[in-house]
Order: sequence, then C-alpha cells, then structure tokens
Amino acid sequence: MAALEDILQRHPVWRGESPAGSRPDALSSGYPALDRELPGGGWPAGALTEIVGARRGIGELQLLLPALAALTSAGKRVVWLAPPHLPYPPALAAAGIDLAQLALVRAPGRRDALWAAEQALRAGSCHALLAWLRHARFADLRRLAVAAEASRAFVALFRPQEAAGEPSPACLRLALEPAGEALAVRIFKRRGAPLAAAVRVPVKRPVHALGRSAFPQPASRDAGTDRRLGLPLHA
Amino acid sequence: MEGSLRYFGGRDGLLGKLRAGLAELGFEASIAPADTARAALWLARGGGGRLEDLPVEVLDMEQAFFRSIGISSVGELLRLPREGLARRCGRRLVDDLDRALGKAPEAREFFVAPPRFAAQLELPAEATQAEALLAAARRLLAQLEGLLAARQAGVRSFTLTLIHPGAPSATLEIGLASPARDAARMAQLLRERLAALPLARPVQAMRLEAGDFTPLHASSAGMFGDALAETEDWARLIERLRARLGHDAVCGLATSPDHRPEASWRRIEPGDWDPREFRLPGARPLWLLEQPQRLPGTAFALLAGPERIECGWWDGDEARRDYFIAQLEGASLGWIFREDGDWYLHGWFA
Repeated sequence: MAALEDILQRHPVWRGESPAGSRPDALSSGYPALDRELPGGGWPAGALTEIVGARRGIGELQLLLPALAALTSAGKRVVWLAPPHLPYPPALAAAGIDLAQLALVRAPGRRDALWAAEQALRAGSCHALLAWLRHARFADLRRLAVAAEASRAFVALFRPQEAAGEPSPACLRLALEPAGEALAVRIFKRRGAPLAAAVRVPVKRPVHALGRSAFPQPASRDAGTDRRLGLPLHA
Repeated sequence: MEGSLRYFGGRDGLLGKLRAGLAELGFEASIAPADTARAALWLARGGGGRLEDLPVEVLDMEQAFFRSIGISSVGELLRLPREGLARRCGRRLVDDLDRALGKAPEAREFFVAPPRFAAQLELPAEATQAEALLAAARRLLAQLEGLLAARQAGVRSFTLTLIHPGAPSATLEIGLASPARDAARMAQLLRERLAALPLARPVQAMRLEAGDFTPLHASSAGMFGDALAETEDWARLIERLRARLGHDAVCGLATSPDHRPEASWRRIEPGDWDPREFRLPGARPLWLLEQPQRLPGTAFALLAGPERIECGWWDGDEARRDYFIAQLEGASLGWIFREDGDWYLHGWFA
C-alpha cells in the first residue's frame, strides 16, 4: 500500500474519486461562491476560458481583478490584448494591480491578434492573457486552445454575444448578466457536471444604491458665475 | 602562433578557417604566413613568395627615393649598407627591416574594435523578396555579432537601410528588449519586419548600422535562474510583438499624478511603473474612452456625483468638468461628465 501511495504521489494518475479538474494550478477567482463552482476551485491555468457577450459597464472586469491582483503582486506578468477601451491605470492600481507587470498590446487585425495571442502563450513569462477577439473563427480558437494547453497561463477570451451559440474548444464558458449590485455568472460549459443556476458574484461597484431612484439632473448653473470663481478646486 | 597550431589543425587548417570566416563576412583576403608579423604583412601585400623578392612598394615608405637609387626589391634594400640607409632614409626603415627579419622585437597594438558598427552590402542581384533580403542581412548580422563578441558587448537596437536604385532608401529600426549580440535572434526580429514590409521597389544594397554598445557577458544559468529567465523571456516576448506589430503597439501603463482624467495616466515601457507615484482618486472606471463620447441628455440616470474636476489652467489645457456616475443602457454604469452644458460619456465601470 505504501508503494502504491508513493506511485500515486509521484505520477499524475487520475483517480475517479476526485472531481474532474482537481488541477493544482487553478487560480482563485477571489470570489468563494464562484471558486466553488469552477472545476479545480478557480480560474483554470493552461486552458481557454471564454466570457461571452459581456455588456460594458456591468462589472465584467471586476470579475477578473482579484485574480489579476494576486498574480501581479506575486510578480507574474499579464498581457491585455486588443481591449475595446483603455484599461484605466488609476482604477487598476486602486484595485491592487501592480501595473509594472502589465503589457497592453494593440493588434487591430484578426490574424495579428491571433498571432500575438499565440506568442504570449508560447512565452513562459505570460501568466495571464486577456484577449478581445471579435472575429475569431473556430479554427483560430482551436489553435489558441492548443497553445493554452501547452502553457501555464490563465486565458480569458472576451467574445461577442453571437459567439454564445457557436461551438467552442474552450473548456470553460461563461455568460455575464447584471444582477442588481452583483454580477450573475452563468457557467454554460465546464469540465464535469453542467451547472443549471447562475452564480451571484458580489463584484465591486462604485455606488451601493444601484436600483435606488436616480436623482434629477442638476440644473445647469450659469457658466459666467463659474468662471468668476476661477480657482482650481483640486489643485 | 606556434602554440595554437595543434588546436587549429596545423598551419593550413588555421589559414583555411581564417579564409572561410572572412568569406562568410563577405571579405576577400590576401593571407600570408611568415616568421614575424611584419614580414607576414609585407608578404600578404606583395602576394607571397620570399621576403627578398618582394617589391619595395610593400614597405610603408616614400617610394621616390628607392626609385632614384634604382632599388626595386626588399632583397636589394637588405644588401645596402645599414648605416648609410639609416642616414638617408631615417631610423624607421632600418628598424622595420630588423623587425621583419626578427632581429628586433615588434610591439604591436592590439586591435580595438570601433564603438559603432556600419557595414554595407551590395546584393548580387536586385532583390524584391523578403527571404532574399534576410539572407543578405544575415551576413551583415554575422559581422555585427563578431564585432560585439570581440568587445564583450551587445546592442539594444540596430538599423537596416534598404537602398533602392534611383529612389529614396527605406530604413528599418529594430529595437531589442535587452542588449543582444546573437545574430540569429536579430535575424528573427528582422524577418517579422521584412515580412510586413511592402517591397514595391527592388533593393540594390543594404546597410546595417548599430551603436550604443553596452557591456554584455556570456550569461550563465545561476541561482536566480528562474526569475531572471522569466524577465528575459518577457523582454523577448515584447520584442517579438513589437517587431511585427510596431513599437507603439506594445506598451505598459502607469498612473500620473494629475487630476485630469486624460492626464492621470500615460504609456510607458512595460515594467517601468513606480507605485509611489500613485494616489488613490475617487471612483474611477476600469474602461476609459480615450475620446469622450457625446451623450443625449436623456440617455442616462444620475446615481452619484458630482465630482468637480478642474485644473490645468496653468498649462493651457484647462478642464472644468462635473463628473457623475450614471446608469445607462439598462444596467451598465458609466462615468459621465458635463462640460459647457453638454454631457459626455468618458468611461465604463466594467
């Protein structure tokens, strides 16, 4: 028995008793409710994760920030490939992300973006890749999935809503919906048993009264009065 | 030289290696072995044979005097009386002859490579294919590598100029993430650039230039191998991405101590951020629209604000804005501001 234990310890033998994906290299999402539902207990490393149809401004980046903060403060590097807007440095820094570990890559064309993603995954130094691929085809995703499996990086692909109905080689696929002050994460593909209900993830929001009645627009003050003040209020 | 003959496989082996190395660099050389360095130099200039039979032109001396006394070979010169020769031609000629014959020691200065590299190569035929250009560039890169190895140095960038017949030449600047002298690595970066280059005109010649040598010693995997290797790997990744996508396509991000949203960040070289320059602002969106987007006055509901941001009057880039957090497009949160009565969307709380 001792010999068997020894073999099991030294070799990666898959055992039926452990749920699929007890991969040790999962990265905690920072949200316990979500970690419980993610195979391996966190974001998978060395695999594709697809985030489909995220609307802007619902907390879609907040979902990843705790994991990115943990990675970067451990000195691990992250690549942002072809994001739709500027990831705003003051907000990233405020979320605890070490900006020194980030590289922002612009790649307007489909082929350039795919090539850049593969380069990042081939480099052992890129521990997370966030990529916005708008026109990726199945063959492209397949290539990325292969590259991801050969790497140890967490790969998050942000894809448009239309992609939800298409087949994908990603091992984890999520759809995001706003849910009051939280974010509803629907895991529609994962290793192991599928999940019926959405997970409510308490992402950080800038106001705590979402859903309370909005206040009316302040009346436009007389511009002339403003100008007479003339002092920089924040200077 | 005697001591290293065995290692190089005898005199002929050594000469063969020299010739092959020089040919690879694109040089034609005249090589002659002799017992002393000066005799070898003269023989190489005169095309070999015996020292005595060489024409006096191989000497670094004024030729007019030799012609006037009817001396044409080194042998004839050696037979002249020494003292008379020294009086008429100066001590230097006699000394040079002594050094050639090995009667006097030769003190030579070691070769010091110049701190810049520039070499030009005429292509054997005009080329339009990236592959043909790359093959030619490899020869120049091999020369550069040789020079860098001799100086234990590396370069952080190099420039390849493609010379078109009868048209302005094109210049490619290749930046390296870390000092390098490996010709294969440089060729790989050049390949990406050449592949992306529209070659409308044939290339007649190319020139490779590099300066700003920095000390670079052969690296050895050591105690800190892992972290260092990762840093190096990261630098190489950025270098590869830049070679194909352009230098500005890859950057790092930093905060900047300024209240204006547009001025409170900047692009930097990846890795250059100093966290000490960061001060926590109020609620800031994770996505910033680099161009604020005009909003119709009814497209949103205000949730929080205003935060008055007004500064920059001293550098002529004045901003006077009231920022709000607003709900728009259903449940999305945007960062919007009002300026001169108009509303603009400036970011998303993503």
